[in-house]
Amino acid sequence: MSQPRNDLYDVAIVGSGAGGGMAAYQLTKAGARVVLLEAGGMWDNTKDSAMLKMPYDSPRRGASTSDRPFGEWDACIGGWSIPGEPYTKAEGTKFDWWRGRMLGGRTNHWGRISLRFGPDDFKRKSIDGLGDDWPISYDELKPWYDEVDRLIGIFGSVENLPNHPDGLFHPAPAPRYYEHLVKRTSDRMGITCIPARLSVITKPLNGRAPCHYCGQCNRGCMTNSNFSSPNVLIFPAMRTGRLTLLTDAMVREVMTGPDGRATGVSYIDKRTAEDREVRARIVVLAASACESARILLNSKSTRHPNGLANASGVVGKYLTDTTGTDVAGFIPRLVDVPPHNADGVGGGHIYMPWWLDNAKLDFPRGYHIEVWGGLGMPSYGFMGGIQSYPEGGGYGADLKAQYRRYWGATVGFSGRGEMIPNEKSYCELDPEVKDKWGIPVLRFHWEWRDTEYKQVKHMQETFRALIGEMGGEVWSPMPTREQGYGIANGGAIIHELGCVRMGASERDSALNAQCQAWDCDNLFVADGGSFVSQADKNPTWTILALSMRVSDYITRQRRAGAL
Amino acid sequence: MSEMNRRDALQHLLAVPAGIAIAPDALERAADHVHAALDPQGATQAGTAQPARPRPYVPKQFTPDEWRLVRMLVDYLIPRDARSGSATDAGVPEFMDFMLGEYASMRTWMRNGLGWMHAESRKRFGTSFVSASEAQRREILDAIAFPKRAAADVKAGVEFFNNLRNLTASGFYSSRIGIADLGYIGNRPVAEWKGTPPEVMRKLGL
Repeated sequence: MSQPRNDLYDVAIVGSGAGGGMAAYQLTKAGARVVLLEAGGMWDNTKDSAMLKMPYDSPRRGASTSDRPFGEWDACIGGWSIPGEPYTKAEGTKFDWWRGRMLGGRTNHWGRISLRFGPDDFKRKSIDGLGDDWPISYDELKPWYDEVDRLIGIFGSVENLPNHPDGLFHPAPAPRYYEHLVKRTSDRMGITCIPARLSVITKPLNGRAPCHYCGQCNRGCMTNSNFSSPNVLIFPAMRTGRLTLLTDAMVREVMTGPDGRATGVSYIDKRTAEDREVRARIVVLAASACESARILLNSKSTRHPNGLANASGVVGKYLTDTTGTDVAGFIPRLVDVPPHNADGVGGGHIYMPWWLDNAKLDFPRGYHIEVWGGLGMPSYGFMGGIQSYPEGGGYGADLKAQYRRYWGATVGFSGRGEMIPNEKSYCELDPEVKDKWGIPVLRFHWEWRDTEYKQVKHMQETFRALIGEMGGEVWSPMPTREQGYGIANGGAIIHELGCVRMGASERDSALNAQCQAWDCDNLFVADGGSFVSQADKNPTWTILALSMRVSDYITRQRRAGAL
Repeated sequence: MSEMNRRDALQHLLAVPAGIAIAPDALERAADHVHAALDPQGATQAGTAQPARPRPYVPKQFTPDEWRLVRMLVDYLIPRDARSGSATDAGVPEFMDFMLGEYASMRTWMRNGLGWMHAESRKRFGTSFVSASEAQRREILDAIAFPKRAAADVKAGVEFFNNLRNLTASGFYSSRIGIADLGYIGNRPVAEWKGTPPEVMRKLGL
């Protein structure tokens, strides 16, 4: 990577995931000289991906490693615990924090489910009185969603459903065998079930080849047929000649001048452990919601005694994650499915957007359903727990026959729902613990409320009903209230949002409607930190649209001489 | 759906519009993988877990006694039959030896479990599992292979056998032999996704 020069950049961006990659792309395209800092190392899917490797190409057969918890070939380097970079939890708190440490961050990891938030998702308080409204509307963000669709690409189907806005879609791939069964079952039960919406291109787009359906999106795509930040945004940005990329750069804080404005960022070069600085006219944080909050809280000065963008004291507060629970079952009808290539894209070809009316339910907000099953590549973990199938275990020729018959006869459902922000779920600086570079670390506090438990209970009941309707048997008993109805830990769904939230008033938000710090006009946040609320939808497409909008605002302000 | 030979795969991968940089060696590598997947008789690649087994493997984690026992057990689990080879044919013990070196928790249950098998056989028959008769071995296996009907006093054996069964399946079905047995034909580029074949839909009554 090029060495940092001692000069002044137009913009310093911290983090190279969806938000940072998009800002780098847009701002360099607009003519700005940009420095992009990433805490992890270099990654290029066209060279580094394990796409098309077979399990027997490794003695580990795809099992996880310490820095690849989702399997050795998962593109994303990082995980729930990173050596030398701890985080702490308040007593009683269950929270898991996933961090990507590589170029592109978590865009190397995600399931590529790319859902626009709907009109209602920006004004939930006006609808049910809970949480807060966003300072922007769907109509304001819609042109940016459209631009993201055009630039990055997405498949899906036009459905005209309320609060699930359609995009500019490539054709969606046809369902797999078990997805046909789920679709029919859902139709019978009145559950809306439509083609998935994933950022995988099924037609050529902007110099990228269409998907070749190897089913291994999570390994990184050598042909760039799906979205990850490096190959779709950052490398094109580098080709402008205006992007300086600094990898292994762990940001300590945003530096400010006597007037309180940002002057750049200080960071540790992880390869040499040296403290360094880059100076810039504008700073954009896109390090992930919690990491950006950590940087802001660590950026203390006389003018910003509580940390930067934190005059209101809300940085770290209103942290949310998606609610989640899973149920799987054995579907006798799918026994002995004839072997065929059921890989498709790396993710579901169908999903169920939220379909019910909360007025008739005992919980607010909704969830969407992801469906899994099929004839996936046999790898480490293959058909674990076969003793749960009808024969109840065994060995020998009979066992071998079981593996053949039952492979592909399991279907699972994952619910992904909207949590209401609450004051007991937040992060702050740990007063004592520091990471290996001496930077204070985050301490998490977490509490699910009845609103979430009731929602997850509904997921469990729905998935059990679906499996029953398919003639199947659920593997696990219904979890009890004491077991939280099977709700995943906070953080476990890897959709942390909202601890640097935007708002209409500087009294109760860190950022204004342009994702610009209220108390520092040349500081912006372009990751999930700015979100006011979750939705029953994955956040990445909204992060991308917001980052594009932030970049446009910065460009216009600079041209007007205001920044 | 269309399956491709190596040349077709390469051509599909090369069907990238001009102007975007994709390392040619990456395409070659991808196409080689496709080729290897399509042609199990093809040249054995470097790093492949199943060489032609010319000389005896020396385990790094298992003792000689454990090695004899684990090789016997995995073949009781996955024996050779008309369609495919056995767990030892597929290199499952070697796979386990590698995994035990990498994952400490696996080392613990494996070692304890093999010890349990040995002790159970001594207790019942006064001899090791390996030197017990076929009928004696099956008596123990039948006692621990079906968790729901197993007696309470062999619970440790049941848990071990569940773990061993899972790990054996992981090693066997991720091998070339196991993948061919199942008929897995994915993880390769296809030019056009046509959805579920009509004969599969018919078979499933969909």
